[in-house]
Amino acid sequence: MPDKLLMYFQHPFVRYAFIVGVLIALCSSLLGVVLVLKRFSYIGDGLSHVAFGAMAVAAVMKLTNEMLLILPVTVISAILLLRTGQNAKIRGDAAIAMISVGALAFGYLLMNIFPTSSNLTGDVCSTLFGSASILTLTQKEVVLCAILSVAVVLVFILFYNRIVAVTFDETFAKATGVNTQACNLLIAAVIAVIIVLAMNLVGSLLISALVIFPALSAMRIFSSFKSVTICSAFLSVICAVSGIVISILAGTPAGSTIVAADVAAFGLCSLAGLIKRGTGR
Amino acid sequence: MALLEASDLSLGYDSRYIVKGLDFSVNSGDFLCIVGENGSGKTTLMKTLLGLIKPFGGQILTGDGLKKKDIGYLPQHTALQKDFPASVREIVLSGCQGRFAFRPFYGKAEKQLAFENMRRMGIEELKDSCYSKLSGGQQQRILLARALCAAEKLLLLDEPVSGLDPKVTAQMYELIRDLNKEGLTIIMISHDINAAVRYASHILHMGVTCFFGTREEYLKSDTGKLFLMLKRGGEACA
Ligand SMILES: Nc1ncnc2c1ncn2[C@@H]1O[C@H](COP(=O)(O)OP(=O)(O)OP(=O)(O)O)[C@@H](O)[C@H]1O
Ligand SMILES: [Mg+2]
Repeated sequence: MPDKLLMYFQHPFVRYAFIVGVLIALCSSLLGVVLVLKRFSYIGDGLSHVAFGAMAVAAVMKLTNEMLLILPVTVISAILLLRTGQNAKIRGDAAIAMISVGALAFGYLLMNIFPTSSNLTGDVCSTLFGSASILTLTQKEVVLCAILSVAVVLVFILFYNRIVAVTFDETFAKATGVNTQACNLLIAAVIAVIIVLAMNLVGSLLISALVIFPALSAMRIFSSFKSVTICSAFLSVICAVSGIVISILAGTPAGSTIVAADVAAFGLCSLAGLIKRGTGR
Repeated sequence: MALLEASDLSLGYDSRYIVKGLDFSVNSGDFLCIVGENGSGKTTLMKTLLGLIKPFGGQILTGDGLKKKDIGYLPQHTALQKDFPASVREIVLSGCQGRFAFRPFYGKAEKQLAFENMRRMGIEELKDSCYSKLSGGQQQRILLARALCAAEKLLLLDEPVSGLDPKVTAQMYELIRDLNKEGLTIIMISHDINAAVRYASHILHMGVTCFFGTREEYLKSDTGKLFLMLKRGGEACA
């Protein structure tokens, strides 16, 4: 089996898949904790559908670089959605449901009216579930992904303390002079970038799993913000690597295998948490 | 110039007025106590002073170079999720947040300050515990330590002793008075009228008729006499 893996590693596309997988898993887990705690778990789902719609538009317009359209559209939607989430008069969850389902339907409609290839069902399936796309990345996409991931990690580290303060108690942070609005905008923009990145790895239907599972798993075991963040980053990377390895060896789709690994990790962590609590007293 | 000066202030939510025509001022070093019945708008006033809610009318002027980052605040309720993973240390440290404008991380000074305030509140041995698993009184002390970290010039306390046992309550009042003596300006909401007239330098009474003045003036005023009598009478009966 190691021989088989070694053989696979000679192919650049397999190496690319690993690099991109690890980077995306790392980024998506970092903000997962914030999203879960701020009750924004659903936003990942909504945004991924928006990104799907934008991707369909980009495909129809035959843009050479789809990112140029998808990224700004998703960032703007993220900002708008977080805005409505703050405004008590408009139901935030309803707005998200509307936008996400609308974008999904619109995207599929466009792909149907202007088919770009003969295998429409296959195209749709791979954007929704990211079936094979991870193994077809070009060098340019890998570089872009690496740059964006490094930017996300840097932003997260530099603003870590502010993000913690705003997540724990936004009112207090605002009252004592933290620019909470700017902080929320930053969080929204970073989330959008992560979603767009993660579409390559697991497809748009499974992104939420990538963002939320590691955070929830880590919260079962640890009880400080820092340890939860670090643990969820580790878990996410481990699950992504093992998911990709299994998918190569067993020939399963990469995205759903990674998510399955995340689910398994959640089960293990829940168990560990129960045992820890049991022995704790 | 006063640290805070409110003139003809009207407060409310949505389109409903709660208080109209409030006038008062707070000078550096004052200890203002806000008293009044449930629902008279004390918390609303404090949130307006903090800039969390916009006033309906009137204005709040700040002086002596008072900035938001110099203010510490203890909210009446902090709605937190049950399973929020945050250690006591992390929460107290987050009070130092406003202190650094562009620096990304906490320095030695902030960590020292957080530790001192945890010691003051007697919670240093809890520093690695999970906040959401502590008792209400312990949580209150943690939030007070956080407020102290943020308060460089002004400390706003919304019912700081609610949920504390009598011993800690007494300690808390002593601590607040010591802080005040060290030069920190304090605005405190309290239902404990005895503590209010004992520790405060000024009293703002909110209700159907509002009263603002020094402690001595309040004790002589009709509002004050009536309220004191009602409260003390009520406590004597109970
Ligand atoms: N978020 C809100 N939206 C609308 N009305 C509110 C809101 N919060 C408070 N009120 C109303 O404003 C009035 C004043 O509330 P406030 O919380 O300021 O009272 P309080 O003096 O602090 O009372 P307590 O002693 O119980 O803390 C109340 O009648 C309340 O119903
Ligand atoms: Mg109140």
